[in-house]
Amino acid sequence: MMAMSKKMLEHEPSEIELLLPWHAAGTLNPRDARCVEEALARDPALARQYAAIQEEYAETIGLNESLGAPSARAMQKLFAAIDAEPARKPSASRNLSARITGFFAGLSPRTLAWAGSLGALVLLLQAGVIGAVLVKNQPAAFQTASLSTNEPITRALGPEAPPRALVRFAPDARVADITALLDSYQASIVDTRGGLFRLQFGNKAMPKDEVASLMSKLQGEKIVSLAVATP
Amino acid sequence: MSATQAASDDVLIARIAQGDRLAMQVLYGRHHVRVFRFGVRLVRDEQVAEDLISEVFLEVWRQAGKFEGRSAVSTWLLAITRFKALSALRRRKDVELDDEAANAIEDASDDPEVAVQKKDTSQALRKCLTGLSPEHREIVDLVYYHEKSVEEVAEIVGIPENTVKTRLFYARKKLAELLKAAGVERGWP
Repeated sequence: MMAMSKKMLEHEPSEIELLLPWHAAGTLNPRDARCVEEALARDPALARQYAAIQEEYAETIGLNESLGAPSARAMQKLFAAIDAEPARKPSASRNLSARITGFFAGLSPRTLAWAGSLGALVLLLQAGVIGAVLVKNQPAAFQTASLSTNEPITRALGPEAPPRALVRFAPDARVADITALLDSYQASIVDTRGGLFRLQFGNKAMPKDEVASLMSKLQGEKIVSLAVATP
Repeated sequence: MSATQAASDDVLIARIAQGDRLAMQVLYGRHHVRVFRFGVRLVRDEQVAEDLISEVFLEVWRQAGKFEGRSAVSTWLLAITRFKALSALRRRKDVELDDEAANAIEDASDDPEVAVQKKDTSQALRKCLTGLSPEHREIVDLVYYHEKSVEEVAEIVGIPENTVKTRLFYARKKLAELLKAAGVERGWP
């Protein structure tokens, strides 16, 4: 019994062996095809079997091709049967994607190209109109960077943008002193980076001369080592 | 079959579902020869196979609206062909005779021997391919000629994928035995 089972197992084809016909027909997925190629390269017996399969493959195609084609009678019979079928109403339940696919499939390449160009033109016009509306309604004025020795480079954030400054406090400044200074200037810390504090003063915009005056006053404080107006 | 043609077949089926005769003509023109040859190999009679393809494409006309595109249209067509062929064989009531005929060919008929005498292995192979049982014939054709994957053959024949693989292996072994009986040695098995 054991011997019989062993004999049966010996004749059991391997998975790679089973896949050889599909490899010959080129219908394996890339992963399986790679496995078969590797096995063929290292196993001469498998390669011999594959050569036999390639013969079978070629002759099966030859045999089928020799079977010829049906006569015109088959087509006539088919369309006579179709004519005898009850008239078909377009299906209301036909899904949307099928209808869209069918619609585009029915258009000629030239029509599709024209439709594409027209669509692009419409999009361009639409972008132009939206851009024009946005520019017209823009409340804030933007000033681009330019070389000016008289005025600091500033950007108006809007009608109520309060002044801001980058401030570095003296190394010996105590927290209590800093807090007191912030209170006296009605300032708040909005950002901090590398020992520099970005402070905002009050909640209202200030004229430029007031900002300059504020900066010089701030610069004069004992615990402030640097104060620069900033957007 | 290319992916483009497969996608285009799907569009044709969608149009056929709407009653488009022109789409039917295109689909017929594209697939009728392969359907016919598959039918001939199954029923072994050209007249019956011709009737078969009319029935197959009429079924497509009727069922196109139900086609969900889960498999390729060509796979669907071959599955319908197989079903219709088996029905036709049952109607002929001579399916047993067909098997007997197949067995007769398996018994190393003279033709392969003659072919071998002429050192024509190719002819012998074709004769032996014809001599395979219907079950083995259809699987060989589906894989080699119709270039169907393991999954597609499983769908057409209605058997598990592992059975598809082993059935083709044993079809090939049978073919080798037929060839050996006819005096053709190919080094396998």
